[in-house]
Amino acid sequence: MRTILYLIKKEFLQIFRDKFIGKAIFGIPIIQMLILVPAITFEIKSSEICIIDNDRTSESRGLISKLDGSPFFRILQSTSSEKEANELLYSDKADIVLHIPSGFGKDLGTGRPAKIMASVNAINSMTAQLSWAYLSGVIRDYNLDIAISGNPEAANAMAAIGITNRYWYNEMLNYKHYMLPGILGILVAAIGFVLAGLNMVKEKEVGTIEQINVTPVRKYQFITAKMVPFLVIGLIDLAIGLAVGKLVFDIPFEGSILLLFLGSAIFLVAALGLALFVSTMSGTQQQFMFVAFFFMIIFILMSGIFTPLESMPVWAQKIDMANPVAYLMRINRMIMLKGSTLSDIRGDLFALTAIAVIFTALAINRYRKTA
Amino acid sequence: MSKSIESTGIWKNFGDTQALKDISFDVNEGEIFGFIGPDGAGKTTLFRIITTLLLPDRGSMTILGLDSTKGFKKLRENIGYMPGRFSLYLDLTVEENLNFYASVFGTRVEDNYELISDIYSHIEPFKKRLAGKLSGGMKQKLALSCALIHRPRLLVLDEPTTGVDAVSRTEFWEMLRKLRQHDITIVVSTPYMDEAIRCDRVALIQSGQIMTIDKPQNIRDGFSRKLFSAKAADKYGLLIALREYPGTLSVYPFGDSIHVTFSEEKPDKALTEFLLKNGITDAVLNETEAGIEDRFLELMGKDETRKL
Repeated sequence: MRTILYLIKKEFLQIFRDKFIGKAIFGIPIIQMLILVPAITFEIKSSEICIIDNDRTSESRGLISKLDGSPFFRILQSTSSEKEANELLYSDKADIVLHIPSGFGKDLGTGRPAKIMASVNAINSMTAQLSWAYLSGVIRDYNLDIAISGNPEAANAMAAIGITNRYWYNEMLNYKHYMLPGILGILVAAIGFVLAGLNMVKEKEVGTIEQINVTPVRKYQFITAKMVPFLVIGLIDLAIGLAVGKLVFDIPFEGSILLLFLGSAIFLVAALGLALFVSTMSGTQQQFMFVAFFFMIIFILMSGIFTPLESMPVWAQKIDMANPVAYLMRINRMIMLKGSTLSDIRGDLFALTAIAVIFTALAINRYRKTA
Repeated sequence: MSKSIESTGIWKNFGDTQALKDISFDVNEGEIFGFIGPDGAGKTTLFRIITTLLLPDRGSMTILGLDSTKGFKKLRENIGYMPGRFSLYLDLTVEENLNFYASVFGTRVEDNYELISDIYSHIEPFKKRLAGKLSGGMKQKLALSCALIHRPRLLVLDEPTTGVDAVSRTEFWEMLRKLRQHDITIVVSTPYMDEAIRCDRVALIQSGQIMTIDKPQNIRDGFSRKLFSAKAADKYGLLIALREYPGTLSVYPFGDSIHVTFSEEKPDKALTEFLLKNGITDAVLNETEAGIEDRFLELMGKDETRKL
């Protein structure tokens, strides 16, 4: 035990002796949070819309003013030339072209179904879907207005089956609140994974490991001493990240902070175990970085931070059972947004613990005190 | 006299390369035992087996009465190792390195200070300096201090004097001599033939094989022929001429002279005439005492020597 303490003390000495790393490990989480949280968002603030109004009646103007009133749309131009509108779409200036054909007002007046056409720029399918969803919302709204104003009976019927929806756990569908717990996870993962692995490979490259190997230091002692400092640093980074989230983005925090730290601590052991396992097999820092990068990309992109796990193919979901970042993502969101308790996330915590134990055991087993 | 190391028939391959072939030797307790050989002779591989970092393919080695493969845990507490490459933490200070190695061996610097005081006192004024900022000689003293801090019974030094200036080298060997009073057995390797004389016994090693093991003086005496030192103003011309002369057995440059042996007891007039014919008029030939290097080259075989 005393030996582990000495080894840990040595690691801390070395980490903070490097002036850049010593500062960066605390500066990076702040910068990362300030940049990533507001930057990574799915919200569409204003879709540029171009309107071809061939109708020019009070009905068509009513629809246009409805769109104008919505915070999601900005009317870029009204034109009667289809060619001009399409050019705007081609040149990426407009996101949507809405075509109101002549006769729109007349059809509405006579009670026949009126038609409009919307062309959505779908280079980015995510934006296109969202723009479309917002647009159909506005049109539905407008539809309702007409129905009510023209027919009092229908208005009564509408009132009878009033539909309201409420988004639970993130009522405003605030993407900052959705992304922040995930970004916290990635931040913790990156620091621990990269720094610990590089640290271990460096000992090999410089040759200091040869001197350690002839000492009576045990394998588990050495690996533990490599993990603990980065576990501590990772948790401090998590605290800094949370503070930034609270102060700058006013993130709601429903659950127990202690539970969040417990989840992250287990996750860190898993990530550090994997990093050290990879580093025991790497001879140089380049080799390590190459493999580490591969794991990081796969783990993060498959973690469910951007795309819901449920929409992945089944085989991918199976792979994710071994992905510690996926568990962390879920645990963080459940605790922070939903206020889940220990018994709610018990299953995820157990699975994460199992992964942590396996990776650490692999690292200890693979580390050779002989050449 | 009891033995610190008993090695019998050690073999080690790396893929197709035979690094060690049938290495057998004994090291007596308390002696300074040297392995002398050029780079690539297998010295480092052998040392890594002695320090339990490497397992031999065949053969057995008993170190301090323990089997090197089975007793490695106990052995690591009693061996001090200084690898050929400086392997201390460059980003830790002199003092931090020493304290660290003391603590991983479960001891304290104060407990064994008298053992290292002779060596450490040279670098103590710089104890707050990072190890990476030390000169070669100081690094070597720090490495030796760290290897000794747990009072090992066997000290293994892999080319400790490579890359160190002449003054520090002499100092270093004096330090090793002084360590004998503490009953520490020392196994040391070096590519410098002139350092062999400072060992109690040496093994000449070449291409993974031990050629001979003996006291340095006996090795020099083992030189089988009369050795002559030849000099001339045109050293290169003399070298070529001697190589062409049919009566020479071995010719190789040695410092500012040329070492040469002949098939006959003494070079006769025919040689002088031969040299004159080749334009060497001022050749001086003196009998000289063979050194370790001469014996080493002789053992390596005549054919190879001629090529040098």
